[in-house]
Amino acid sequence: MSKAQPHGRRPRGLTIAAFGIYAFLVIAALFFLLPLWIMVMTSLKPIEEIRLGNIVAWPVAPTFVPWIKAWASACTGLKCEGISVGFWNSALILLPSVPLSILVGAVTGYALSFWRVSGANAFFAILLLGAFIPYQVFLYPMVRIFAATGIYNSLSCIVIVHIIFGLPLMTLLFRNFYAGLPIELFKAARVDGGGFWSIFFLIILPMSPPVLIVATILQVTGIWNDFILGLTFAGHENLPMTVQLNNIVGSTMGERTYNVDMAATILTALVPLFVYFVSGRWFVRGITAGGVKG
Amino acid sequence: MAATIALIPAALVVLVIYVGCMLWTIRLSFTSSKLLPVLDWVGLTQYERLFGNERFLIAVKNIFTFGVFTIIGCLVLGFLLAVFIDQRIRGEAVFRTIFLYPYAMSHVVTGLAWQWFFNPMLGFEKLGHDLGFTNFTFDWLINQDMVIYTLVIASIWQGSGLVMCLMLAGLRGVDESLWKAARIDGVPAWRYYLSIVLPLLRPMIVTALVLLSISVIKLYDLVVAMTHGGPGVASDVPAKFVMDHLFDRNNVGLATAAATMMFITVAAILAPWIYARYASVDGGRA
Repeated sequence: MSKAQPHGRRPRGLTIAAFGIYAFLVIAALFFLLPLWIMVMTSLKPIEEIRLGNIVAWPVAPTFVPWIKAWASACTGLKCEGISVGFWNSALILLPSVPLSILVGAVTGYALSFWRVSGANAFFAILLLGAFIPYQVFLYPMVRIFAATGIYNSLSCIVIVHIIFGLPLMTLLFRNFYAGLPIELFKAARVDGGGFWSIFFLIILPMSPPVLIVATILQVTGIWNDFILGLTFAGHENLPMTVQLNNIVGSTMGERTYNVDMAATILTALVPLFVYFVSGRWFVRGITAGGVKG
Repeated sequence: MAATIALIPAALVVLVIYVGCMLWTIRLSFTSSKLLPVLDWVGLTQYERLFGNERFLIAVKNIFTFGVFTIIGCLVLGFLLAVFIDQRIRGEAVFRTIFLYPYAMSHVVTGLAWQWFFNPMLGFEKLGHDLGFTNFTFDWLINQDMVIYTLVIASIWQGSGLVMCLMLAGLRGVDESLWKAARIDGVPAWRYYLSIVLPLLRPMIVTALVLLSISVIKLYDLVVAMTHGGPGVASDVPAKFVMDHLFDRNNVGLATAAATMMFITVAAILAPWIYARYASVDGGRA
């Protein structure tokens, strides 16, 4: 957007209209903030206080015990190792998935926007359509393929799956970015004898930090928040944090420990929330440029 | 040459996954596969079973109810938020950050959080009692007729921020002289937004509509985390129906038939959009 200016009229002083505007925004903000408030309050209360008090009240006797339990000793079924297991699993999944999916997307976008490849447009169209189709349409044959190759239910399996399903969005992102770069630059490099890879690594990639940042934000939050792919392909030893969280909350034996559940839930949301608050406008750029995900 | 080689991974994904696996799934929907895939041919038997399956019909009805309310809710709330934020207010960045942060959270987190707020004993119901409304009941989470609306509320909370962002980007592109002209003509603000700005935002609204529709059809994580499809199967959705029949109930034929129906629905939503967006405009690098 070239004109990033608010365009409504400027409210002068505290008119009734201005009051109405702020009243609406504050009420809306409360609706959006209330869940976070309740989650934090619940996670800081002992279970007796949750039973006696109400969900929005400030804790009378704040305690961090639920957080420690959630991290280190909450149970999924018979194992009681806390959500930390899922945290490290998600980190292990993220570490190769994010750079690899971005690299494949960048190379594909670069090849499609600068090089003459026959059938490129049809190819790109199918790739984009793939992003819209529900996973359920692909999952079963994919499971069979991975099972046949012997890597089903492993870390490499879930990483490959994330590269596969990240490809449409990543390609779209890089292709659009590279379409905005001057083609003369590429032609000059060709005249100087640059090949496919040398032009990519020496000229195009050094110009790509803006799109690389957006891609990283999208992939880190997208892969961290994934549930269905991790559940289907990661295998029991590598279940990501979202799946682990759902198991912890869903499988508590005996009485539900709402405070521990909420602490675990907040812990699971921390990484994407951190990315969101640190990245600010970059996050917005990402979701509006490639709002395909979700 | 090198360019072609570099496209091999992407080509493999397109051919093997997007085309191959999809055709495979569709093919399986015409077989009698149970636990293991068999390649016989039973015609439309699985589809007949599917549309005679009460659970699937509930799932379809649910996804329509959920879709209509969630999409309308997100569009209206997102548009209102964008318009109010666009009034040269103070603290614009703070409000924007607050309205969008739920979108950064996963559906699982959203679902588990709202499951707790809707807890029929200790959640909002108890809050109502503490505030003095002793007859206040709020049992939507365990009420067959209302449970789908708990998903709607959680989903609107999570997704309105995205619509706000899209609309805000659109609003910032509206020519400011339009407002000045409208003011000179004495057009009230609400009329200006409804009759002049809203039509100008059509591309943004269509984009938001497509994105929301697709995410509605994909709805799975939120249901699993928040209601498990329950009580009973009262909040089941097609994606969950497919997953359960694929991996828990060992009914691959029926599951792939349901998956194929999901695919047809997405295609029906996308076709006019893609046609309007790309078929009318020829060429262009982006």
